[in-house]
Amino acid sequence: MSKSRINWYKYAAPVNFYPLAGKMLPWFSGLAIVLFAVGLYLSFFVAPVDFQQGHSYRIIFIHVPAAWMGMFLYVLLAIYAGIGWAFNARLGSMMATAIAPTGAIFTFISLVTGSLWGKPAWGVYWVWDARMTSTLILMFLYIGFISLQSSIDDTRRADRAGAVLALVGVINVPIIYFSVQWWNTLHQGATIRIANKPTMAPTMLAAMLVLTAACWIYSIAITLARVRCIILERESEAPWLAESAVSA
Amino acid sequence: MPPPSMFSMFRWLVWRDLLLAWRRRTDVLATLFFFIIVVSLFPLGIGPEATLLRTIAPGVVWVAALLASMLSLNRIFGNDYQDGTLEQLLLTPQPLYLIVLAKVLAQWLVSEVPLVAIAPVLGLQFGLSQNTLGVMVVSLLLGTPVLSLIGSIGAALTLGLRSANVLVALLVLPLYIPVLIFGAGAIEASVAGGEARPYLLLLGATLVLALAFAPWATSAALRISVE
Repeated sequence: MSKSRINWYKYAAPVNFYPLAGKMLPWFSGLAIVLFAVGLYLSFFVAPVDFQQGHSYRIIFIHVPAAWMGMFLYVLLAIYAGIGWAFNARLGSMMATAIAPTGAIFTFISLVTGSLWGKPAWGVYWVWDARMTSTLILMFLYIGFISLQSSIDDTRRADRAGAVLALVGVINVPIIYFSVQWWNTLHQGATIRIANKPTMAPTMLAAMLVLTAACWIYSIAITLARVRCIILERESEAPWLAESAVSA
Repeated sequence: MPPPSMFSMFRWLVWRDLLLAWRRRTDVLATLFFFIIVVSLFPLGIGPEATLLRTIAPGVVWVAALLASMLSLNRIFGNDYQDGTLEQLLLTPQPLYLIVLAKVLAQWLVSEVPLVAIAPVLGLQFGLSQNTLGVMVVSLLLGTPVLSLIGSIGAALTLGLRSANVLVALLVLPLYIPVLIFGAGAIEASVAGGEARPYLLLLGATLVLALAFAPWATSAALRISVE
């Protein structure tokens, strides 16, 4: 038996995770609001004007965090769905179902903001370069995952079928990430690397990192809220829900 | 009597599926005619200008092959699921991987190989040269098995669902996109007078990857769908 005093595995049961998520939710939401406020202030008022692009480059502060979150959330979705399938843990599958809409929205935002930025920066709204095409594929994968799960009535089969689809599609995420190295097309290369010094101005980098943290904390908060709704829907016949009056 | 070996089961399953397809020839021919009609619609819609047709030919042929192969996906497992044979196949001692591979092979032979055979004739409609027609056939020969293999994952996931046909398209088309890019790219490179070999080698690599991993994913999906 483990020496820790907290039995973490008990939170794998929806009945225990529901109140825990309820307690975490206000903290994450509050933090997300603060980070968004700070990040937006930094990106509009503190970060300097770009030499070549003037003010229009500021869309990068939404575009890059959204793109990162879209890819990261897909990998997380695949991991949760895999855990739910491998360990027969339905909370894992519920988390995957909860993450999917947020990931899809962020990918959509990154595609739209990217094309809005493309017009002033490159002159066109859309090019079929490697990164944009594979991000579009990521969008289709999210939509496929959501439609597959919603078209299967039996929840166990829906969870597992979604897991297979998510795991098959996870190969796309490294392709998006490395596409700018492998193919020399229009999208710029990586500006921020973990080992080397970044080639952006420090205030721009700070604004982008703060907004990335904001999007991440927001994703956690919204996923917790959504998984609570999913627990209520799926476990509606469980004793702990049927007896008590459930509050928000 | 000892249980049959893996390979005799594989041969038997391929033969059985081919025989069943032969008895329902209209299904098979319908896919082929769909391919021919779709490819012929484009010159009618876009106009007969020769250079334009030669430019769009690779994409048109490949997209039509994609759509035609998607139409035939439900035949891999659909009929067997409805009459209960699939459940029995899942209970055999032979590896499910080989069973899936046998069914996909049979579907490829029946639905895709006729497409590959008729494609050069359609290529002539677009005014492609001999060399390019050769590249087209090779790219389709390498690419269509990948379409069948990846499509079998989608077919297994959507077994017995209400809107299975449309859903399969939604699931499987994003995964088809790399094959489309490499396949059409090979033919385009040949039309432009360049080297098609890099694209064909990449297609070969996707074929090897699909052969190794797709039947495995399909077996997992089959076990999930036939509970």
